[in-house]
Amino acid sequence: MSEIAPKELRIVGFLCNWCSYGGADTAGVSRFRQPTDLRVIRVPCSGRVDPLFIVKSLLNGADGVLVSGCHPRDCHYTDGNFYARRRLEMLKRLLPFLGIDEKRFHYTWISASEGARWQKTVTDFTTQVHKLGPLHSTTEAQIGS
Amino acid sequence: MGPEKLKEVIKEALKDAEVVIAYKEGFDKLHSTPCFVTTPEEADAVIFDPRCVQNLASYLPSLKKKAAVVVKGCDSRTIVQYMQEALIDRGKVTVIGIPCTGIVSIKKVMAKTGHQPILDVTFPDKNTVVVKTPKGEQKMAMADVAADKCGSCLYPTPVVYDQLVGEPIESDKTYETAYKDVAELAAKSLEEKKAYWEKEFDRCIRCYACRNACPMCVCQDSCIAESRDPHWISQKSNPTEKFMFHMIHALHLAGRCVECGECERACPMGIPVNMLKRKINQDMKELYDYEPGVKPEDKPPMFTFSVEEKKIEEHKL
Ligand code: SF4
Ligand code: SF4
Ligand code: SF4
Repeated sequence: MSEIAPKELRIVGFLCNWCSYGGADTAGVSRFRQPTDLRVIRVPCSGRVDPLFIVKSLLNGADGVLVSGCHPRDCHYTDGNFYARRRLEMLKRLLPFLGIDEKRFHYTWISASEGARWQKTVTDFTTQVHKLGPLHSTTEAQIGS
Repeated sequence: MGPEKLKEVIKEALKDAEVVIAYKEGFDKLHSTPCFVTTPEEADAVIFDPRCVQNLASYLPSLKKKAAVVVKGCDSRTIVQYMQEALIDRGKVTVIGIPCTGIVSIKKVMAKTGHQPILDVTFPDKNTVVVKTPKGEQKMAMADVAADKCGSCLYPTPVVYDQLVGEPIESDKTYETAYKDVAELAAKSLEEKKAYWEKEFDRCIRCYACRNACPMCVCQDSCIAESRDPHWISQKSNPTEKFMFHMIHALHLAGRCVECGECERACPMGIPVNMLKRKINQDMKELYDYEPGVKPEDKPPMFTFSVEEKKIEEHKL
Protein backbone atom coordinates (compact mmCIF):
# COMPACT_ATOMS: atom_id res chain seq x y z
CA MET A 1 0.00 0.00 0.00
CA SER A 2 2.94 2.25 -0.69
CA GLU A 3 0.89 4.57 -2.90
CA ILE A 4 -1.23 5.61 0.05
CA ALA A 5 -0.01 8.51 2.13
CA PRO A 6 0.79 7.49 5.69
CA LYS A 7 -1.79 9.78 7.30
CA GLU A 8 -5.24 8.27 7.39
CA LEU A 9 -8.22 10.06 5.96
CA ARG A 10 -11.82 9.52 6.98
CA ILE A 11 -13.70 7.29 4.59
CA VAL A 12 -17.13 5.98 5.41
CA GLY A 13 -18.31 2.73 3.86
CA PHE A 14 -21.97 1.75 3.79
CA LEU A 15 -22.02 -1.98 3.14
CA CYS A 16 -25.01 -4.18 2.60
CA ASN A 17 -25.30 -6.95 5.13
CA TRP A 18 -25.86 -9.75 2.63
CA CYS A 19 -23.15 -9.23 0.02
CA SER A 20 -20.56 -6.53 0.47
CA TYR A 21 -20.22 -6.85 4.24
CA GLY A 22 -19.67 -10.54 3.62
CA GLY A 23 -17.19 -9.68 0.87
CA ALA A 24 -15.23 -7.46 3.23
CA ASP A 25 -15.32 -10.24 5.80
CA THR A 26 -14.06 -12.74 3.24
CA ALA A 27 -11.18 -10.39 2.45
CA GLY A 28 -10.39 -10.16 6.15
CA VAL A 29 -10.59 -13.91 6.74
CA SER A 30 -8.34 -14.42 3.71
CA ARG A 31 -5.87 -11.99 5.30
CA PHE A 32 -5.82 -9.68 2.29
CA ARG A 33 -3.97 -6.47 3.12
CA GLN A 34 -6.21 -3.41 3.05
CA PRO A 35 -5.85 0.28 3.85
CA THR A 36 -7.35 1.15 7.21
CA ASP A 37 -9.00 4.49 6.44
CA LEU A 38 -12.42 3.04 5.83
CA ARG A 39 -14.95 2.79 8.65
CA VAL A 40 -17.66 0.33 7.84
CA ILE A 41 -21.33 0.94 8.56
CA ARG A 42 -23.36 -2.19 8.04
CA VAL A 43 -26.79 -1.60 6.54
CA PRO A 44 -29.48 -4.17 5.79
CA CYS A 45 -29.50 -3.35 2.08
CA SER A 46 -27.97 -0.80 -0.28
CA GLY A 47 -31.56 0.32 -0.76
CA ARG A 48 -31.44 1.53 2.85
CA VAL A 49 -28.74 4.04 1.96
CA ASP A 50 -30.47 7.38 1.84
CA PRO A 51 -28.39 9.71 -0.37
CA LEU A 52 -28.60 12.11 2.57
CA PHE A 53 -26.38 9.70 4.58
CA ILE A 54 -23.66 10.37 2.07
CA VAL A 55 -24.20 14.11 2.02
CA LYS A 56 -24.22 14.26 5.81
CA SER A 57 -21.01 12.23 5.99
CA LEU A 58 -19.27 14.47 3.49
CA LEU A 59 -20.47 17.66 5.16
CA ASN A 60 -19.58 16.53 8.65
CA GLY A 61 -16.04 15.32 8.27
CA ALA A 62 -15.73 12.41 5.87
CA ASP A 63 -13.26 12.78 3.01
CA GLY A 64 -14.85 10.03 0.98
CA VAL A 65 -17.87 7.71 0.99
CA LEU A 66 -18.15 4.25 -0.47
CA VAL A 67 -21.45 2.42 -0.90
CA SER A 68 -21.49 -1.22 -1.85
CA GLY A 69 -24.36 -3.63 -2.26
CA CYS A 70 -25.20 -6.92 -3.91
CA HIS A 71 -24.83 -7.19 -7.67
CA PRO A 72 -27.93 -6.25 -9.64
CA ARG A 73 -30.36 -9.22 -9.64
CA ASP A 74 -28.71 -10.63 -6.48
CA CYS A 75 -30.43 -8.44 -3.91
CA HIS A 76 -31.60 -10.30 -0.81
CA TYR A 77 -34.77 -8.22 -1.03
CA THR A 78 -35.05 -8.62 -4.81
CA ASP A 79 -34.91 -4.99 -5.83
CA GLY A 80 -33.33 -2.82 -3.12
CA ASN A 81 -30.15 -2.29 -5.11
CA PHE A 82 -32.11 -1.29 -8.21
CA TYR A 83 -33.66 1.60 -6.30
CA ALA A 84 -30.27 2.35 -4.76
CA ARG A 85 -28.66 2.54 -8.18
CA ARG A 86 -31.04 5.28 -9.33
CA ARG A 87 -30.63 7.33 -6.15
CA LEU A 88 -26.87 6.96 -5.97
CA GLU A 89 -26.43 7.83 -9.62
CA MET A 90 -28.51 10.96 -9.07
CA LEU A 91 -26.29 11.98 -6.16
CA LYS A 92 -23.13 11.15 -8.06
CA ARG A 93 -24.19 13.67 -10.71
CA LEU A 94 -25.30 16.27 -8.20
CA LEU A 95 -22.12 16.39 -6.09
CA PRO A 96 -19.94 18.23 -8.62
CA PHE A 97 -22.74 20.79 -9.07
CA LEU A 98 -22.28 21.60 -5.39
CA GLY A 99 -18.54 21.87 -5.75
CA ILE A 100 -17.75 18.47 -4.23
CA ASP A 101 -15.53 16.26 -6.37
CA GLU A 102 -17.63 13.24 -7.38
CA LYS A 103 -14.50 11.10 -7.00
CA ARG A 104 -15.02 11.32 -3.25
CA PHE A 105 -18.07 9.14 -3.66
CA HIS A 106 -18.15 5.73 -5.23
CA TYR A 107 -20.83 3.07 -5.38
CA THR A 108 -20.37 -0.46 -6.52
CA TRP A 109 -21.55 -4.06 -6.20
CA ILE A 110 -19.53 -6.76 -4.45
CA SER A 111 -20.73 -10.23 -3.49
CA ALA A 112 -19.89 -12.13 -0.32
CA SER A 113 -17.46 -14.40 -2.16
CA GLU A 114 -15.54 -11.57 -3.83
CA GLY A 115 -12.92 -10.93 -1.16
CA ALA A 116 -10.29 -10.03 -3.73
CA ARG A 117 -12.64 -7.62 -5.46
CA TRP A 118 -13.37 -5.98 -2.13
CA GLN A 119 -9.66 -5.63 -1.44
CA LYS A 120 -9.09 -4.01 -4.83
CA THR A 121 -12.08 -1.67 -4.51
CA VAL A 122 -11.23 -0.41 -1.05
CA THR A 123 -7.56 0.01 -1.99
CA ASP A 124 -8.29 1.84 -5.22
CA PHE A 125 -10.93 4.05 -3.64
CA THR A 126 -8.69 4.93 -0.71
CA THR A 127 -5.90 5.79 -3.13
CA GLN A 128 -8.29 7.97 -5.12
CA VAL A 129 -9.44 9.87 -2.03
CA HIS A 130 -5.83 10.31 -0.88
CA LYS A 131 -4.99 11.84 -4.24
CA LEU A 132 -7.72 14.42 -3.67
CA GLY A 133 -6.54 15.02 -0.11
CA PRO A 134 -8.60 15.95 2.91
CA LEU A 135 -11.97 17.58 2.20
CA HIS A 136 -12.01 19.56 5.42
CA SER A 137 -8.36 20.51 5.84
CA THR A 138 -8.76 24.06 7.06
CA THR A 139 -12.25 23.85 8.38
CA GLU A 140 -11.96 21.35 11.21
CA ALA A 141 -13.25 23.98 13.63
CA GLN A 142 -16.08 25.07 11.34
CA ILE A 143 -17.51 21.64 10.81
CA GLY A 144 -19.63 22.02 13.92
CA SER A 145 -21.95 19.35 15.16
CA MET B 1 -58.36 36.43 -21.83
CA GLY B 2 -61.23 38.31 -20.30
CA PRO B 3 -61.84 37.95 -16.57
CA GLU B 4 -65.57 37.88 -17.40
CA LYS B 5 -65.18 34.51 -19.09
CA LEU B 6 -63.24 33.23 -16.06
CA LYS B 7 -65.99 34.38 -13.69
CA GLU B 8 -68.56 32.56 -15.79
CA VAL B 9 -66.51 29.38 -15.78
CA ILE B 10 -66.10 29.62 -12.00
CA LYS B 11 -69.83 30.09 -11.48
CA GLU B 12 -70.44 27.06 -13.67
CA ALA B 13 -67.85 25.03 -11.72
CA LEU B 14 -69.58 25.94 -8.44
CA LYS B 15 -72.55 23.82 -9.46
CA ASP B 16 -70.39 20.76 -8.94
CA ALA B 17 -67.52 21.85 -6.70
CA GLU B 18 -67.86 22.91 -3.06
CA VAL B 19 -65.14 25.48 -3.45
CA VAL B 20 -63.24 27.16 -6.28
CA ILE B 21 -59.73 28.31 -5.54
CA ALA B 22 -58.91 31.47 -7.47
CA TYR B 23 -57.26 34.89 -7.11
CA LYS B 24 -58.63 38.21 -5.94
CA GLU B 25 -57.06 41.56 -5.32
CA GLY B 26 -54.84 41.71 -2.25
CA PHE B 27 -54.00 44.43 0.24
CA ASP B 28 -52.83 46.77 -2.50
CA LYS B 29 -53.15 46.95 -6.27
CA LEU B 30 -49.90 45.12 -6.86
CA HIS B 31 -50.71 42.06 -4.77
CA SER B 32 -53.21 39.34 -5.39
CA THR B 33 -54.33 36.88 -2.78
CA PRO B 34 -55.75 33.38 -3.10
CA CYS B 35 -59.48 33.24 -2.47
CA PHE B 36 -61.82 30.37 -1.79
CA VAL B 37 -65.01 31.00 -3.74
CA THR B 38 -68.13 29.25 -2.51
CA THR B 39 -70.91 31.49 -3.85
CA PRO B 40 -71.53 33.05 -7.28
CA GLU B 41 -71.33 36.54 -5.68
CA GLU B 42 -67.80 35.87 -4.47
CA ALA B 43 -66.84 34.89 -8.00
CA ASP B 44 -67.35 38.50 -9.07
CA ALA B 45 -64.26 39.54 -7.10
CA VAL B 46 -62.04 37.08 -8.97
CA ILE B 47 -59.17 38.44 -11.06
CA PHE B 48 -56.59 36.97 -13.38
CA ASP B 49 -53.61 38.96 -14.63
CA PRO B 50 -49.82 39.03 -14.15
CA ARG B 51 -50.26 39.74 -10.44
CA CYS B 52 -51.61 36.24 -9.89
CA VAL B 53 -48.32 34.72 -8.84
CA GLN B 54 -49.24 32.03 -6.32
CA ASN B 55 -49.46 28.35 -7.19
CA LEU B 56 -53.01 27.54 -6.10
CA ALA B 57 -52.66 23.83 -6.83
CA SER B 58 -50.65 23.59 -3.59
CA TYR B 59 -53.89 23.60 -1.59
CA LEU B 60 -55.25 20.43 -3.17
CA PRO B 61 -53.60 17.54 -1.26
CA SER B 62 -54.80 18.76 2.14
CA LEU B 63 -58.23 19.85 0.93
CA LYS B 64 -60.76 17.16 1.57
CA LYS B 65 -63.47 18.79 -0.53
CA LYS B 66 -64.62 18.58 -4.08
CA ALA B 67 -62.80 21.55 -5.52
CA ALA B 68 -62.06 23.50 -8.65
CA VAL B 69 -58.80 25.35 -9.04
CA VAL B 70 -57.46 28.04 -11.36
CA VAL B 71 -54.03 27.18 -12.76
CA LYS B 72 -51.43 28.71 -15.03
CA GLY B 73 -49.23 26.52 -17.19
CA CYS B 74 -46.49 26.06 -14.60
CA ASP B 75 -48.97 25.43 -11.79
CA SER B 76 -50.77 22.79 -13.83
CA ARG B 77 -47.67 20.59 -13.68
CA THR B 78 -48.22 20.40 -9.93
CA ILE B 79 -51.55 18.70 -10.56
CA VAL B 80 -50.01 16.16 -12.91
CA GLN B 81 -47.30 15.43 -10.37
CA TYR B 82 -49.92 14.99 -7.64
CA MET B 83 -51.67 12.51 -9.92
CA GLN B 84 -48.46 10.58 -10.50
CA GLU B 85 -47.87 10.39 -6.77
CA ALA B 86 -51.52 9.66 -5.91
CA LEU B 87 -51.71 12.75 -3.70
CA ILE B 88 -55.04 13.89 -5.12
CA ASP B 89 -58.13 12.22 -6.44
CA ARG B 90 -58.38 13.67 -9.94
CA GLY B 91 -62.08 12.85 -10.01
CA LYS B 92 -62.68 15.35 -7.21
CA VAL B 93 -60.81 18.22 -8.84
CA THR B 94 -61.97 20.46 -11.65
CA VAL B 95 -59.02 22.15 -13.29
CA ILE B 96 -59.63 25.58 -14.79
CA GLY B 97 -56.58 26.22 -16.94
CA ILE B 98 -55.43 29.59 -18.18
CA PRO B 99 -52.84 29.94 -20.95
CA CYS B 100 -50.37 32.35 -19.44
CA THR B 101 -48.23 35.13 -20.88
CA GLY B 102 -46.17 35.57 -17.73
CA ILE B 103 -46.43 36.95 -14.23
CA VAL B 104 -44.59 39.75 -12.51
CA SER B 105 -42.05 39.41 -9.77
CA ILE B 106 -43.45 41.62 -7.02
CA LYS B 107 -39.91 42.17 -5.74
CA LYS B 108 -38.72 43.43 -9.14
CA VAL B 109 -41.65 45.82 -9.51
CA MET B 110 -41.16 47.19 -5.99
CA ALA B 111 -37.45 47.69 -6.62
CA LYS B 112 -38.20 49.62 -9.80
CA THR B 113 -40.57 51.97 -7.99
CA GLY B 114 -38.01 52.55 -5.26
CA HIS B 115 -40.38 50.84 -2.82
CA GLN B 116 -43.06 53.51 -3.08
CA PRO B 117 -46.60 52.82 -1.92
CA ILE B 118 -48.59 51.42 -4.84
CA LEU B 119 -51.69 53.34 -5.89
CA ASP B 120 -52.61 51.45 -9.03
CA VAL B 121 -51.31 48.80 -11.41
CA THR B 122 -52.58 48.16 -14.92
CA PHE B 123 -51.58 45.92 -17.77
CA PRO B 124 -52.45 47.72 -21.02
CA ASP B 125 -51.03 44.84 -23.07
CA LYS B 126 -49.11 41.66 -22.38
CA ASN B 127 -45.71 43.37 -22.67
CA THR B 128 -46.39 46.38 -20.46
CA VAL B 129 -46.96 47.09 -16.79
CA VAL B 130 -48.01 50.54 -15.64
CA VAL B 131 -47.54 51.31 -11.97
CA LYS B 132 -48.89 54.40 -10.24
CA THR B 133 -47.22 55.63 -7.07
CA PRO B 134 -47.35 58.99 -5.23
CA LYS B 135 -44.34 59.94 -7.38
CA GLY B 136 -46.29 59.48 -10.60
CA GLU B 137 -46.87 56.88 -13.24
CA GLN B 138 -44.14 54.46 -14.29
CA LYS B 139 -44.22 52.29 -17.39
CA MET B 140 -42.26 49.04 -17.22
CA ALA B 141 -41.56 46.39 -19.81
CA MET B 142 -43.00 43.07 -18.74
CA ALA B 143 -39.74 41.39 -19.73
CA ASP B 144 -37.88 43.49 -17.14
CA VAL B 145 -40.14 42.69 -14.22
CA ALA B 146 -41.30 39.15 -15.07
CA ALA B 147 -40.62 36.34 -12.63
CA ASP B 148 -37.40 34.51 -13.48
CA LYS B 149 -39.24 31.25 -14.15
CA CYS B 150 -41.23 32.87 -16.98
CA GLY B 151 -37.97 33.38 -18.86
CA SER B 152 -37.53 29.63 -19.05
CA CYS B 153 -41.18 28.57 -19.28
CA LEU B 154 -41.79 25.55 -21.48
CA TYR B 155 -45.45 25.07 -20.65
CA PRO B 156 -47.39 28.37 -20.76
CA THR B 157 -50.56 26.46 -21.60
CA PRO B 158 -51.70 24.12 -18.81
CA VAL B 159 -50.72 20.49 -19.43
CA VAL B 160 -53.96 19.31 -17.83
CA TYR B 161 -57.35 21.00 -17.57
CA ASP B 162 -61.09 20.44 -17.72
CA GLN B 163 -61.80 23.96 -18.92
CA LEU B 164 -59.40 26.15 -20.80
CA VAL B 165 -60.07 29.85 -20.49
CA GLY B 166 -58.35 31.52 -23.43
CA GLU B 167 -56.43 30.41 -26.49
CA PRO B 168 -53.50 27.98 -26.11
CA ILE B 169 -50.05 29.58 -26.28
CA GLU B 170 -46.93 27.86 -27.61
CA SER B 171 -43.67 28.29 -25.74
CA ASP B 172 -40.95 29.94 -27.79
CA LYS B 173 -38.26 28.16 -25.75
CA THR B 174 -36.55 24.83 -26.12
CA TYR B 175 -35.38 22.54 -23.37
CA GLU B 176 -31.80 23.69 -24.04
CA THR B 177 -32.55 27.40 -23.74
CA ALA B 178 -34.71 26.83 -20.68
CA TYR B 179 -31.86 25.04 -18.88
CA LYS B 180 -29.10 27.36 -20.02
CA ASP B 181 -28.53 28.71 -16.51
CA VAL B 182 -28.11 25.22 -15.05
CA ALA B 183 -25.71 24.23 -17.81
CA GLU B 184 -23.69 27.41 -17.32
CA LEU B 185 -23.24 26.84 -13.62
CA ALA B 186 -22.49 23.15 -14.17
CA ALA B 187 -19.70 24.08 -16.59
CA LYS B 188 -17.80 26.07 -13.93
CA SER B 189 -14.94 24.64 -11.90
CA LEU B 190 -15.54 22.80 -8.63
CA GLU B 191 -14.02 25.70 -6.68
CA GLU B 192 -16.27 28.23 -8.41
CA LYS B 193 -19.35 26.14 -7.76
CA LYS B 194 -18.43 25.65 -4.13
CA ALA B 195 -17.88 29.38 -3.73
CA TYR B 196 -21.19 30.09 -5.48
CA TRP B 197 -23.22 27.95 -3.10
CA GLU B 198 -21.34 29.11 -0.02
CA LYS B 199 -22.08 32.70 -0.93
CA GLU B 200 -25.74 32.03 -1.69
CA PHE B 201 -26.49 29.84 1.33
CA ASP B 202 -24.62 32.18 3.62
CA ARG B 203 -27.69 34.46 3.46
CA CYS B 204 -30.12 31.70 4.36
CA ILE B 205 -31.84 32.42 7.66
CA ARG B 206 -33.38 28.94 7.86
CA CYS B 207 -36.90 30.34 7.94
CA TYR B 208 -38.05 27.38 5.80
CA ALA B 209 -40.39 29.58 3.76
CA CYS B 210 -39.06 27.85 0.63
CA ARG B 211 -40.15 24.50 1.99
CA ASN B 212 -43.50 25.74 3.23
CA ALA B 213 -44.32 27.29 -0.14
CA CYS B 214 -43.30 24.19 -2.08
CA PRO B 215 -46.31 22.28 -3.40
CA MET B 216 -44.34 19.04 -3.44
CA CYS B 217 -43.22 19.32 0.20
CA VAL B 218 -46.14 17.27 1.43
CA CYS B 219 -44.76 15.86 4.70
CA GLN B 220 -46.06 18.92 6.54
CA ASP B 221 -45.33 18.52 10.24
CA SER B 222 -43.17 15.45 9.77
CA CYS B 223 -40.31 17.15 7.93
CA ILE B 224 -36.99 15.53 8.84
CA ALA B 225 -35.44 19.00 8.98
CA GLU B 226 -37.28 19.46 12.26
CA SER B 227 -37.27 15.96 13.63
CA ARG B 228 -35.33 15.42 16.86
CA ASP B 229 -35.24 11.68 16.51
CA PRO B 230 -33.31 11.13 14.39
CA HIS B 231 -31.71 14.53 14.65
CA TRP B 232 -30.74 15.26 11.05
CA ILE B 233 -29.80 18.89 11.61
CA SER B 234 -29.30 20.99 14.70
CA GLN B 235 -30.70 24.46 15.28
CA LYS B 236 -27.32 26.05 14.64
CA SER B 237 -27.20 28.56 11.86
CA ASN B 238 -23.80 27.50 10.55
CA PRO B 239 -22.90 26.79 6.90
CA THR B 240 -22.98 23.02 7.34
CA GLU B 241 -26.49 22.97 8.75
CA LYS B 242 -27.82 25.42 6.17
CA PHE B 243 -26.32 23.38 3.40
CA MET B 244 -27.71 20.19 4.88
CA PHE B 245 -31.21 21.69 4.96
CA HIS B 246 -30.98 22.57 1.30
CA MET B 247 -29.77 19.10 0.48
CA ILE B 248 -32.76 17.66 2.31
CA HIS B 249 -35.08 19.84 0.26
CA ALA B 250 -33.29 19.08 -3.00
CA LEU B 251 -33.00 15.32 -2.50
CA HIS B 252 -36.60 14.96 -1.36
CA LEU B 253 -37.60 16.80 -4.52
CA ALA B 254 -35.37 14.66 -6.73
CA GLY B 255 -37.25 14.13 -9.95
CA ARG B 256 -40.40 15.66 -8.43
CA CYS B 257 -39.83 19.40 -8.65
CA VAL B 258 -42.33 20.92 -11.06
CA GLU B 259 -40.35 24.15 -11.26
CA CYS B 260 -43.22 26.37 -10.20
CA GLY B 261 -40.71 28.70 -8.57
CA GLU B 262 -42.71 29.11 -5.36
CA CYS B 263 -39.62 28.37 -3.26
CA GLU B 264 -37.72 31.27 -4.79
CA ARG B 265 -40.70 33.59 -4.66
CA ALA B 266 -41.15 32.88 -0.96
CA CYS B 267 -37.48 33.21 -0.03
CA PRO B 268 -36.92 36.54 1.73
CA MET B 269 -33.20 36.37 0.99
CA GLY B 270 -33.33 35.97 -2.78
CA ILE B 271 -31.55 32.61 -2.78
CA PRO B 272 -31.75 30.57 -6.01
CA VAL B 273 -33.17 27.57 -4.16
CA ASN B 274 -34.69 26.05 -7.27
CA MET B 275 -31.35 25.59 -9.01
CA LEU B 276 -30.38 22.32 -7.29
CA LYS B 277 -33.71 20.73 -8.14
CA ARG B 278 -33.53 21.91 -11.73
CA LYS B 279 -30.09 20.35 -11.99
CA ILE B 280 -31.54 17.05 -10.78
CA ASN B 281 -34.45 17.45 -13.21
CA GLN B 282 -31.97 17.87 -16.01
CA ASP B 283 -30.31 14.59 -15.03
CA MET B 284 -33.70 12.88 -14.84
CA LYS B 285 -34.40 14.01 -18.39
CA GLU B 286 -31.03 12.74 -19.57
CA LEU B 287 -31.14 9.43 -17.71
CA TYR B 288 -34.81 8.50 -17.88
CA ASP B 289 -36.33 10.91 -20.39
CA TYR B 290 -38.58 12.14 -17.60
CA GLU B 291 -39.89 15.61 -16.83
CA PRO B 292 -41.85 16.10 -13.61
CA GLY B 293 -45.52 16.93 -13.92
CA VAL B 294 -45.93 16.57 -17.64
CA LYS B 295 -47.55 13.19 -18.32
CA PRO B 296 -50.00 11.78 -15.76
CA GLU B 297 -49.15 8.19 -16.71
CA ASP B 298 -45.41 8.63 -15.97
CA LYS B 299 -43.83 7.39 -12.78
CA PRO B 300 -41.30 9.60 -10.96
CA PRO B 301 -37.88 7.98 -11.59
CA MET B 302 -37.01 7.66 -7.89
CA PHE B 303 -40.22 5.69 -7.29
CA THR B 304 -39.21 2.95 -9.69
CA PHE B 305 -36.31 1.34 -11.60
CA SER B 306 -35.48 -0.72 -14.66
CA VAL B 307 -33.51 -3.92 -14.27
CA GLU B 308 -31.38 -2.91 -17.23
CA GLU B 309 -30.73 0.80 -16.87
CA LYS B 310 -29.97 2.00 -20.36
CA LYS B 311 -28.04 5.10 -19.39
CA ILE B 312 -26.39 4.25 -16.06
CA GLU B 313 -22.88 2.96 -16.48
CA GLU B 314 -20.78 1.10 -13.97
CA HIS B 315 -18.33 3.56 -12.41
CA LYS B 316 -14.65 2.72 -12.60
CA LEU B 317 -12.15 3.69 -9.95
S1 SF4 C 1 -43.71 30.12 -15.81
FE1 SF4 C 1 -44.98 30.12 -17.66
S2 SF4 C 1 -47.02 29.51 -17.00
FE2 SF4 C 1 -45.85 30.05 -15.18
S3 SF4 C 1 -46.34 32.16 -14.79
FE3 SF4 C 1 -44.49 32.17 -16.05
S4 SF4 C 1 -45.20 32.26 -18.16
FE4 SF4 C 1 -46.96 31.72 -16.88
S1 SF4 D 1 -38.85 23.11 -5.17
FE1 SF4 D 1 -39.59 25.15 -5.73
S2 SF4 D 1 -40.00 25.06 -7.91
FE2 SF4 D 1 -39.82 22.95 -7.18
S3 SF4 D 1 -41.91 22.32 -6.75
FE3 SF4 D 1 -41.05 23.13 -4.84
S4 SF4 D 1 -41.61 25.29 -4.82
FE4 SF4 D 1 -41.92 24.56 -6.92
S1 SF4 E 1 -36.78 30.68 2.27
FE1 SF4 E 1 -34.71 31.38 1.82
S2 SF4 E 1 -33.89 32.08 3.77
FE2 SF4 E 1 -35.70 30.85 4.23
S3 SF4 E 1 -34.91 28.77 4.58
FE3 SF4 E 1 -35.44 28.90 2.41
S4 SF4 E 1 -33.56 29.54 1.38
FE4 SF4 E 1 -33.30 29.95 3.56
